[in-house]
Amino acid sequence: MNLEGAKRFLGPFAIFLALLALWGLAAQYAGWSESAFPGPRAAAVGMWELVASGTLLKHSVASLFRVTTGFYLAVVFAIPLGMILGWWKMGQVMFNSLIQFLRPISPLAWIPLAMLWFGIGDKPAIFLIFLSSFFPLLVSTITAVRRIDPLFFQVAANFSFSKLETISKIIFPAILPSILPALRISLGIAWLVVVAAEMIAVKSGLGYLILDSRNALRMDYVLDAMIAIGLIGICLDRVIRLLNRIKSVSWGTK
Amino acid sequence: MGNIVIKDLCKEFIERRSEPRLANSGDGFRRGQTVPVLQHIDLEFRDGELVCILGPSGCGKTTLIRIIAGFDKGTSGTVLIDGKEVDGPSSDHIFVFQHNGLLPWLTVWNNVGLGLRNMERPEEKAELIQEYIDAVNLTGFERHYPHELSGGMQRRAELARALVVNPEVLFMDEPFAGLDFLTRLKMREEVVNMHQLFRKTVIFITHDIDEALVMADRVILFTDRPARVKADHKLEFPHPRDLQCEVELEELRKDVYSALGVHYAL
Repeated sequence: MNLEGAKRFLGPFAIFLALLALWGLAAQYAGWSESAFPGPRAAAVGMWELVASGTLLKHSVASLFRVTTGFYLAVVFAIPLGMILGWWKMGQVMFNSLIQFLRPISPLAWIPLAMLWFGIGDKPAIFLIFLSSFFPLLVSTITAVRRIDPLFFQVAANFSFSKLETISKIIFPAILPSILPALRISLGIAWLVVVAAEMIAVKSGLGYLILDSRNALRMDYVLDAMIAIGLIGICLDRVIRLLNRIKSVSWGTK
Repeated sequence: MGNIVIKDLCKEFIERRSEPRLANSGDGFRRGQTVPVLQHIDLEFRDGELVCILGPSGCGKTTLIRIIAGFDKGTSGTVLIDGKEVDGPSSDHIFVFQHNGLLPWLTVWNNVGLGLRNMERPEEKAELIQEYIDAVNLTGFERHYPHELSGGMQRRAELARALVVNPEVLFMDEPFAGLDFLTRLKMREEVVNMHQLFRKTVIFITHDIDEALVMADRVILFTDRPARVKADHKLEFPHPRDLQCEVELEELRKDVYSALGVHYAL
């Protein structure tokens, strides 16, 4: 590993170590009891128990399943719809107010209805995640299409592109660089929402683990679940950022 | 093929500014009024001619070739290419844009292949693409993306993309804008060479008088807005041309400069 690479790795690592030390000091001197504010050592012991018993893996997989399903559904609906609405001026005029009306309603506000409609289980959680990612993705797609350089449409017309070709060969590749950050942001939101959704309607997932551990007064498990959420969040972000490496995707960022 | 006839073409715009372009030239200015841009243009471009259109900036040169290329419509009058009225863009007349018109998400190879995407035999298509990439000296850059090329190379790639579909007419709207001086000189040479090789009708817009005189078979001078044809010179000099040596060309150059209102710049 060269020096530059070492710096890139050691920098974040040092920050995390500092945070760990701060946490240890805070736990020791804050004046709360060990059970109310466990230190890093207690959390590590708890983490070991959760990992060894397979509980953590089970709950992580459950959460990831919901996030993945809901997020994919959002991508599959929001991006094509956004491409159509971005291109079709009249559609934008018609639907813009509706979108702006629905967008600020927190996905969590849908919880009562989601439970009533979809019952208990994965479905309401997936629905909430879908809602949480759908609107940010839709709005970014519409904006991205509207910002496409009109020159590209002229090129398309000059080479006699059909409507379908204009969508697949001009609009879609043209918006990719601005869609990627939107994907990152909305996946982050989805991951935020899943925890909240799991505290209500289901008996698995990291959100449930937090709630269940609270009921059992195991704050070390609560902290462990939070750590797991953060770590998986980093991994998800990395996965999306891998897409940036594809040259035909990242042309806009140079 | 590539014969263009323009008959009595007029174009008016509706003023969308809320204030006049210059604060003190506001007499008669009104938002929503129609502004004539082109007035009674009658022109004929012969097959295989390299025509340079010169005129003060903002006079309507771009509007004119956008109408000929089918990207815009005239208010009245007709444009015929090979006897057929222009009613939209077509891959028979390719536009080379003022700014970079290459699709940034495609490699040079795929950009050049854009107009050949319906060709049936892939080997034939690949051969054709390679031939034109070689013709503009971009061999070895097939897998590069436009942002990895220099400005001159981007223009050459765009030229290859335009020529590969074997168009009747090539429109070039200040294609060398933004290139450095030397690259510009080289590009002039390359366009002239290409023109001698392929003999397409080329309509070339520029505001660089020397560029027009070095390249064109014919130079058309426009007046300020509303644009009318002010002068129409045929240039029957062999290439390569040297402005200092050809006395007639030097005379013409002075004429063109003074026609455009510049008297002391030389």
